[in-house]
Amino acid sequence: MTRELMTGNAAAAWGARLADVDYVPAFPITPQTEIIELLAAWCDTGVMNARVTMLESEHSMITAAAAAAATGARVFTATSSQGLLYAMEMLYATPGWRVPFVVVNVSRALATPITLEPDHNDILGTRDSGCLQIHCATCQEVADSIIIAHRLAEDPQVRLPVLVNMDGFYLSFTREPVMLPEADAVRQFLPAYSALGAQFRSSAPQSQAAAVLSSSQYSYFRYQAHLASMQALPLYDGVAAEYERRFGRYHAAVDAYRCDDAEIVFFMIGSFATKARAAVDALRAAGHRIGLVRPRLIRPYPAAAIRALLAGKRGVAVVDQNLSFGMGGVLHAELAAALYGTSHTPLLVSFVGGLGGRDIAPEEFYEMAAITRKAADAGVVPEPRLLYTGEELRDMRASQTIAAAGKPAA
Amino acid sequence: MSQTHIERMSDLPAARLLAPGTAMCAGCGGLAALHQVCDVLGTRTVIVNAAGCLTLLAVYPHSPFRGSWLYTAMASAPAGAQGVRDALDVLRAKRGLPAEEDLSAVVLTGDGAAYGMGLSATSAAIERGLDFLYLCYDNEGYGNTGQQTSDATPHAARTATHGGRRGYPGLKKDLFAIWTAHRPAYAATAINSEPLDLARKVEAAAALKGPRLILALAPCPTGWGFEPAELVNVGHLAVRSGVWPLKEYRDGRVVHTRVPRPRLPVDAYLRAQRRYAHLFAPERDDAVIAEIQAGVDTYWSTVG
Repeated sequence: MTRELMTGNAAAAWGARLADVDYVPAFPITPQTEIIELLAAWCDTGVMNARVTMLESEHSMITAAAAAAATGARVFTATSSQGLLYAMEMLYATPGWRVPFVVVNVSRALATPITLEPDHNDILGTRDSGCLQIHCATCQEVADSIIIAHRLAEDPQVRLPVLVNMDGFYLSFTREPVMLPEADAVRQFLPAYSALGAQFRSSAPQSQAAAVLSSSQYSYFRYQAHLASMQALPLYDGVAAEYERRFGRYHAAVDAYRCDDAEIVFFMIGSFATKARAAVDALRAAGHRIGLVRPRLIRPYPAAAIRALLAGKRGVAVVDQNLSFGMGGVLHAELAAALYGTSHTPLLVSFVGGLGGRDIAPEEFYEMAAITRKAADAGVVPEPRLLYTGEELRDMRASQTIAAAGKPAA
Repeated sequence: MSQTHIERMSDLPAARLLAPGTAMCAGCGGLAALHQVCDVLGTRTVIVNAAGCLTLLAVYPHSPFRGSWLYTAMASAPAGAQGVRDALDVLRAKRGLPAEEDLSAVVLTGDGAAYGMGLSATSAAIERGLDFLYLCYDNEGYGNTGQQTSDATPHAARTATHGGRRGYPGLKKDLFAIWTAHRPAYAATAINSEPLDLARKVEAAAALKGPRLILALAPCPTGWGFEPAELVNVGHLAVRSGVWPLKEYRDGRVVHTRVPRPRLPVDAYLRAQRRYAHLFAPERDDAVIAEIQAGVDTYWSTVG
């Protein structure tokens, strides 16, 4: 096995190819297109034995994905941003079908204004859909997580779709060294898909996704799906441990970096967490006891692991690359809920930044760490911060001047 | 499907494959058509359903179907059929699924989805050449929610959202023409009150591969305003007045399978339904009735 340079998109396509998926319903959207183009080319030349069908929308794409899974095929697909939102009805509907399939979302900020670079409002919009969510920080994680996701989704106790998230541009178009596992070894880890009898066959007719007219039945099925999602937490740990045994790479549900003796930690998801990691190293070199906690699983929410990692810390700088208008950062609110009622609870400081792919500079990480340390010293939670520099504001004012040129004064 | 070729009423299958006792309204023209379709198609089917009245056929833990059922959403039932078909194909080719386990994908949709929200998914499925049967029960409104205007609502009909003196001012969309513009394998209109015509069309469609449409007018007692016992009579009037032409398309040609001669005036069809009562009381609206008649006359003059 050698490492080769590949984009996150290529790593995603390789993940699906190594998972020996049967079916790829597809619809193109920037920055995801390379994934489906690669898969289509491989199926075309026969190096991959699967069917790729181009659908006319992401809504249809997810419908076809779930219908094929309900017929007994292993299914993979990919989308991004507005496409994920266009599919939203089916992303909420299909977890109730209790069929496994894997969707890569290449995060891209949402309209309006429409843009191309990433943040996490798209993927976090699916937070309550019932799909499991795995967030990747590197191209290596993308390839590994897709294989892990199929195994987890297909566990008889789970049977739910899994979204694997990577950031557009920062991962999708960035070449990183990736070690691909051997196909035979992946087959050992991920045996051929079995629908466990929940499939359409002439000899065994069945109804799927039928209506209920009883609120009690409705509640039962919803609770059942929730409990299956919760069950995926301990199962994930087992799957990740087995993956490490076979392939030598461990992808924890919650990744912790230099946390053991840390007083202050950054709390982030996705590729920007690698920037936080670099900041941790720089701050450690300057004598600060600081670390990074990066959940890979967001659904199910690994609350116990997060509580254990944060117990006794003094302060947490939660860096949300998303914005819930009128509320703030989604990760911050969820973390506060998870820590409520625990003892030795750290003080949480909310930062929002990195929207639409905006960089978060090392100096900003140092500043966030300093603010969090001061807040912990004072025992007072500061107002949430929206990261924006004076220079950015000056540039914005210049753009506004151009946009307003020639218009009558209000 | 039945092995004997259907020529006359006595050839119609005696089996009743769709179980009774469903939650549909008494006198539902959509359910009546579906009964006839199921009897000809047989049980080796997956019914892929779009949101509509007939979604309430399969209510957990019961189903009236002997075959399989998958409810999807309002807009994407053809994509569900695509996923089922693709999966069966790939499982047969790659995973050794035996041929006898194969199934036919059948979309079951009302007019709300077929003429409107689901049209994009339908058009794309036809364009891809998906091997599926598409059964639309057309009750000319959003029937399940109380007969609001849909893209299939005919001119001047009163609906829950066009309740005024003029009824719905627009014209009924021509779904058959939209389908045939895609050059599908087969397309036909049908109605439950003409069971032999319907059965022959389903039999013809079932023998073909590719996208196939059965567009069944579904007289609706609650939405259109007539007594359930009048279902067949209203259907006869729709056909004999020429309002609902029975036709089929194959090999690039449209053939009318019933040419009403002489055609009854539209009056009788309109009078049979309360959704047109405003055209007759408090006084007769000759202009609108003439407009509807002229639409029917023009249609038949252009098709010979």
